[in-house]
Amino acid sequence: MSLSTHNLSVGYHNNIVVDQVNLTIPEGKIIALLGPNGCGKSTLLKAMARILPPMAGQVQWQGQNLHKIPSKQLARKLALLPQTQPIPEGIKVVDLVSYGRSPYTGFWGRINAEDKRIIKRVMQETKITELANQLVSELSGGQRQRVWLAMTLAQDTPYLLLDEPTTYMDLNHQVELMHLLRQFNKQGKTIITVLHDINQAARYCDHLILMKHGEIIRQGSPETVLTKALLKSVFSLNAQIHQDPIAKTPMCVVE
Amino acid sequence: MKQSRPFPTLITGMLILIIANLMFGAVSIPLNEILKGFQQGSDNYFTLHEYRLPRTLLAVLVGAMMALSGALVQGVIRNPLASPDVLGVSHGAGLAAVIYMTYFPASSIDWLPAVALVGGLLAALILWWLCGQSSSAIKLAITGVALAALYASGVDFLMLVKPLEINNALLWLTGSLWGRGWHQLMMILPWLLLIPVAFWLAKSLNLIHLGDDTAMSLGINANKLRLVSLAVAVGLTASCVAVCGPIGFLGLVAPHLTRKLVGGRHQTLLPATMLVGAILLLVADLVARTIDPPIELPAGLMTAIIGAPYFLWLLFRTK
Repeated sequence: MSLSTHNLSVGYHNNIVVDQVNLTIPEGKIIALLGPNGCGKSTLLKAMARILPPMAGQVQWQGQNLHKIPSKQLARKLALLPQTQPIPEGIKVVDLVSYGRSPYTGFWGRINAEDKRIIKRVMQETKITELANQLVSELSGGQRQRVWLAMTLAQDTPYLLLDEPTTYMDLNHQVELMHLLRQFNKQGKTIITVLHDINQAARYCDHLILMKHGEIIRQGSPETVLTKALLKSVFSLNAQIHQDPIAKTPMCVVE
Repeated sequence: MKQSRPFPTLITGMLILIIANLMFGAVSIPLNEILKGFQQGSDNYFTLHEYRLPRTLLAVLVGAMMALSGALVQGVIRNPLASPDVLGVSHGAGLAAVIYMTYFPASSIDWLPAVALVGGLLAALILWWLCGQSSSAIKLAITGVALAALYASGVDFLMLVKPLEINNALLWLTGSLWGRGWHQLMMILPWLLLIPVAFWLAKSLNLIHLGDDTAMSLGINANKLRLVSLAVAVGLTASCVAVCGPIGFLGLVAPHLTRKLVGGRHQTLLPATMLVGAILLLVADLVARTIDPPIELPAGLMTAIIGAPYFLWLLFRTK
């Protein structure tokens, strides 16, 4: 297995947010990190993306300490879509997507035919081809999210990490995004995403990781993780578990 | 909205301004006399070769370097209001120079640039020491503004308690190309080595604009990039201030205008902003010399007249 954490503790200014977590990411799956606000799911994701340094323990990529791997090399393995993105001034959509090729280009950032082919493909997949020459700052929120997704896809990594990608989106865009993630997963990508919506996670993800107070409470298939007792203890929520009539996945209905 | 070929236009504009700066001044030299004037012994040799040519070249270099410095600072601080003035570097250099002029009035003026340089670097170090390596962009900018105000009040204090040396210092502090020649041009030449370093940072500066998290995920060490970029920017600013005094707003306005003109991709932005900076300072100095000859206004005054309203406009637009 490629990505794993070993007694990993992460936090901010001596506040431990993720506490001695041991986790092996199942390869080739769509994995959701779930839990109430402040449970450490985003922090864990950022530690796995090497944005946050561990306070103790380590994250490993193929058995090697993540922080020992040259950053450009690691950038060809893991891509991260942060929760919020700044709006860069004076940057065209096609330029922003091409920045995703940085781990492969030389010092001046010149892109070659192979880079161009990949940029074209990911723009088609995310349906932003016709936006190519527009400024990123002039797009709607949903369009911008797709452009950023295209940028991380252009990074052409086997692993894709997303921090609450659906939180600020309209429902139709949320569904569209989750379908896209399924499509990329079928192409062989391992996808780790922090999600807010339990039912969305159950419907679109293969493997759920449920967290509380910086620890992993339970992980596994949606059927094993979404139980009445666990929802009660993790979210303090009285809920029933039913079967989604369309996807046949478990669905939680609040009492 | 955007020009597809900005460089030919900018280069042409700069060349026209260079010729204009050679032609006009207290005495106008017609275009056909310019080339002849560079031959030793001709009537205009002294005016052109010893006076206008080095000064014009200096305007090109200082304008370009100040603009580049501003683009680097705006690049890493991700704040359109940021510039070397905002970081307190220019004023730090100014304060050091005024202290020197006040307390060592008899010593050689040749040391002034070196002293200004030390002041600029010290100001940068103090900022760095106060903010720490991983501080936020906003904190850096706010601390810089506060320090700049402190240095400026230090200058005011010295000028009030030691009014005798005020003229000399005042002239220098407004930022002027007056009386600068080959000597100053030679002093600034070694610092041109910082330009290729800045270009080498262009690709990474694009990525830092996407936020630290994204930049890091793309393989950039955000803190190291900030350190190197700011160090290069300080070197560029301090060397310019050392020669011409703080020429205000150039580092703020030039990169901003250029971003409107060519977009935010640093491989284009950095060289283009150098041309825009050179053009702005050439215009400022030309106007300063020709508005009421033979009286000369400091070029820094002209850049401030254009720059201050621009800064205010930016400020209101950001709100």
